[in-house]
Amino acid sequence: MDGARGDGRFRGVYSKKHLAPLALIAAVVGGICVAVGLLFNWSPRAISPEADRVDGIMWALYWSSAVIFTIVVSVLIYCVWKFRRQPGDDSDGPPVHGNTMLEIIWTVIPTLLLAGVAAYAVVVINRNEALAAPANRIDVNVNAQQFAWTFEYEGVRTGDLRVPAGNKKRQIRLNITASDVIHDFWVPELRVKQDATPGVVTHLVFTPRDLGTYPIVCAELCGAGHGLMRSRLIVMKDADYEAWAIAARAKAAATK
Amino acid sequence: MATHAPAHAHLHDGHGHHAPPPLSYWWKRAIWGTLAGVAGAYLIVLFFRAVFGFSNLWEPNVYTAVAAIMGSLGFLIGIGCFDFWGKWIRGDRVLEEEDHSLHGASSWKDYFRVNTDHKVIGVQYLATVFFFFMLGGALALALRTELAEPGKQFADGEIYNGLFSVHAVLMIFTFAVPVFAGLANYILPLMIGAKDMAFPRLNALSFWMLPVGGILLASSLLVGAFSNGWTAYPPLAIQGEAGQTLFQVGIQFVGASSIATALNFLVTIITMRAPGMTMWRMPLLVWANLVTSMLVVFATPFIAGSQFMSLFDNIMGTHFFDFTQGGDVVMYQHVFWFYSHPAVYIMLLPGFGIISEVIATFSRKPIFGYRAIAFSTVAIGVLGFGVWAHHMFVSGMAPWLRIPMMVTTVIIAVPTGVKVWSWLATLWDGKIALTTPMLFALGFIFTFVIGGLSGVFLGTLPADIHLSDTYFIVAHIHYVLYGGTVMTVFAGAYYWFPKMTGRMYNEKQGKIHFWLTFVFMNATFFPMHWVGIQGMPRRVAYYSERFAGINRFETVCSFILGLSTLLFLYNMINSWVRGPKATWNPWRSKTLEWQVSSPPSLFNFEQTPQVVGGPYNYGIAGARHAVVYLPEEYGGGEFAEQTRMPIVVVANRSLTSGALLDEIVHRAEPGYWGFHFEVPAEAADRPAAERRLQVALAQLSERGISADGEVVGPDPVAAAQAGVAKHGDVREIMVATYPTTDSDWQRADVIDKVRKATNIATTHVIASSGEELSKVAGSVHHVMVVTEQAPHADDLVAAIGAKADERPSRFTIVTPLDLPQPRWSAEANERRAAGVRNMTAVVGTLQSAGIIAQGEIMDGDGAEAVRGLLGDHGPDEIVVIGGSDLDAKVRGVAGLVPTTSGHGAGV
Repeated sequence: MDGARGDGRFRGVYSKKHLAPLALIAAVVGGICVAVGLLFNWSPRAISPEADRVDGIMWALYWSSAVIFTIVVSVLIYCVWKFRRQPGDDSDGPPVHGNTMLEIIWTVIPTLLLAGVAAYAVVVINRNEALAAPANRIDVNVNAQQFAWTFEYEGVRTGDLRVPAGNKKRQIRLNITASDVIHDFWVPELRVKQDATPGVVTHLVFTPRDLGTYPIVCAELCGAGHGLMRSRLIVMKDADYEAWAIAARAKAAATK
Repeated sequence: MATHAPAHAHLHDGHGHHAPPPLSYWWKRAIWGTLAGVAGAYLIVLFFRAVFGFSNLWEPNVYTAVAAIMGSLGFLIGIGCFDFWGKWIRGDRVLEEEDHSLHGASSWKDYFRVNTDHKVIGVQYLATVFFFFMLGGALALALRTELAEPGKQFADGEIYNGLFSVHAVLMIFTFAVPVFAGLANYILPLMIGAKDMAFPRLNALSFWMLPVGGILLASSLLVGAFSNGWTAYPPLAIQGEAGQTLFQVGIQFVGASSIATALNFLVTIITMRAPGMTMWRMPLLVWANLVTSMLVVFATPFIAGSQFMSLFDNIMGTHFFDFTQGGDVVMYQHVFWFYSHPAVYIMLLPGFGIISEVIATFSRKPIFGYRAIAFSTVAIGVLGFGVWAHHMFVSGMAPWLRIPMMVTTVIIAVPTGVKVWSWLATLWDGKIALTTPMLFALGFIFTFVIGGLSGVFLGTLPADIHLSDTYFIVAHIHYVLYGGTVMTVFAGAYYWFPKMTGRMYNEKQGKIHFWLTFVFMNATFFPMHWVGIQGMPRRVAYYSERFAGINRFETVCSFILGLSTLLFLYNMINSWVRGPKATWNPWRSKTLEWQVSSPPSLFNFEQTPQVVGGPYNYGIAGARHAVVYLPEEYGGGEFAEQTRMPIVVVANRSLTSGALLDEIVHRAEPGYWGFHFEVPAEAADRPAAERRLQVALAQLSERGISADGEVVGPDPVAAAQAGVAKHGDVREIMVATYPTTDSDWQRADVIDKVRKATNIATTHVIASSGEELSKVAGSVHHVMVVTEQAPHADDLVAAIGAKADERPSRFTIVTPLDLPQPRWSAEANERRAAGVRNMTAVVGTLQSAGIIAQGEIMDGDGAEAVRGLLGDHGPDEIVVIGGSDLDAKVRGVAGLVPTTSGHGAGV
């Protein structure tokens, strides 16, 4: 590159006269980011410890994004406001070609920030996918087809997924496959999702905590009926679940 | 006519070699080629199915696939993409390597045939991609209409799936990817100082494959659209019918188009840069296109492969992706995303390049961290190949692949961030001019930062598991492709509009367009983040009641966003037709494309330019990027907009002739001639000469040609000498006359005398009388004069002479001939003949008074005559000379054309 590099004229950036107005703009933009983060109900209900961990990392991402967004947009607004060309002024700006220190800073800091994000993500994924001991776990075989879900466990086959929550804190492990095209098992309240891929068995684990009925959504386009491929996740008390399992097994045996 | 035009390296029009065939010739060939291809395909398939003993001869998918391929090839051959190569293969000895007959455009028709001029191809590309952009946009509005309410509005699941699939495919493959090929086609050779692309004929083929592929993709809407998303995942894709086949074939054509263009760019950038343009002196748009082209060349074969395998599964019974026969469903996704993730950068990097150009120009500062931006572009290009599986975190691929892909994905945000910081630092302390392109560039930074940050959410594995396949993805992709690609395209379109068209766009409309786009783009897509996190999956026509309000809001905003595009189109088309003239370098930019005329001449540079510095040396006194030279034969000095070497034009009666106009337009094209008229006239003839001069100057000014002139004493030789004395360094004298039989000057041997008297090259232009009207028509003020029969010529001159002096005009004299019935009687014919004789005399008199006129004699009364002529002639004004009866009749049919009565005419 021809011309001087970092010839000192870029010192303007450190000049104190820019600090106060920049801080003011940053306060407004940052305030808007905080308001957007807090005033809206961003997270749907979280019904498992896995979901809490996902929410944790999403909020960490949101607040770091808000900081970066505030810096970029504040500088942008300030530049447009402060460094506007006056009518009739045909002169050029200062011939600043770069500033090595500044460029290193804005390469290294985001790199560290993103490395931190990646490390945090590895921790979350390892904890969320840690498999419990077989005794403490219920394995469910899930099959998807156009346009319905089938769950097979406890010796029964059902269209709704009933799982226990309570003192035992049993982990649910889904072994998922599909018999025609790709589908996707998603319960927004669990923050987990897994494709049901024909020819492959995929896995998904979660530990239900809050009682209630939640939608199971097919999240992978699977044909004309995709938008209607819904089922229910029913989280029951331990005792209710046991009672349901016994009854269901009996019913299944009777129909055979 | 031209006796000795200045010697020049290139032929300026095709006429010198062969007259190019008319447009209809090519299109007839194209239609026949298409039909022959389709018919041949049906016969071949039928033949082979019969020969091999298939029990069912009719298998629509097979016929569709082969017909789509052969029909498209038939079209490409018919339109003429392969003509030159065909001759080469046949060993045609008549072949001329320097045949430029398909190069350049002199009328709108040249944009509708195979053309090898990169500037024409650039415009062809841009017009085509904006056509598909509008089509894809219309589909988007149809989608939003369906989504306005939770239940069914008009589309069931199948129709809805087709709508969003075609929307996405058109927007990605026929807009976002090729739009930059179009912009760069026009700009890039100019930017690096090249006369064209490296392979102009390949360039033409690249372009023509795009509409072919695009029409295959779009026409699937008519035969049952492909409906499994632009990702076309099998096994669902294998369930598709004809529409699916058209998709799989169409992608091959747009993909081949993309690859061929990228190869062309690579060779052009690497081998055709002007002397002095080192890698580190290339504008950042050139860097961006270099890296993008590498991405295209390496990555695009993967999507071509994936769609071929899919097509074979579909029509040939192979089992690449059939899990029941050992096929692998996940493998498709790997191959597909190995193209489609780099494709995201194919759709963004050139946009980043545009933003760098626009921000440097309108901040009037060097780009901050030029090398860092260039390196970051390369880094994105390399890293872009290592992130594809982040689209597959929940797909069931090998689990260990997820963490490395997550790490590369978040790291790729670093070089992207470097660009944003560098742009901000470029703005800092600059002299920011908020023109429309700059507004789009700044708005792009805002929206793209949001898109980039939501990308980090999606790159982070645990968050992605929740967010993938939701509306959060829809929000992200539109922030990146609308807030990214589309905003940069608008910035580039406005920025280079003056260069491409030679006219300025309307700044006010541009700004309104920006604010509508910016506000409603954010209003439409930002809420989708929330909807997605809350649990609305993408690609559904029906959704939960609790998302009803926000979806309705998005629908309303999307309609305003969509309609704002019409304002853009209106501004572009209207300004192209009647915008104010643009100078060479309205933005006072440093890069090479601004140092040549707007629009550039046929081969861009008359002489190879010399690059002497970096492209963004704003604020350094005397620093320049490049110098553009005049051709050697004109001294080879520096060539700038102000450089005008004089040509003296001596003419009087033939001043407005088509031949002279053609000759001047032809000569003016490279932009370094200024024309000075010397009009010799007798004192009595002065007003007539003055009128002709004004019309001629208006003609040239209309075409952006610099000219002036004056009426001088009657001796043409003296006029030429005076002209030479007045304008120093005159290179040429042009003398226009009528043919010998009709020219006093020729009889007096004026041309030789001028040559001897001045000792300067003298060109003789021979005009034929009456031809001026066809040239003049359309550009100067047109007055229709309606008179009652047999006007006396002198009276008429008196009546309209003042009008002719007011402004440069042409006149059509209309005389209604109210004949008795029957109109074919001998008497009627007699009167008609008399009328024609009279009119001929009148027109002759008018012309010798310097008034451009033609006559029309119409049967019927005044109303009938005018009604019959209005459509053909489209006058700007009507003057009625005659009684109030005639006046009333004409006004009755004149409609919106301003009509006045001619007063003071002694008729």
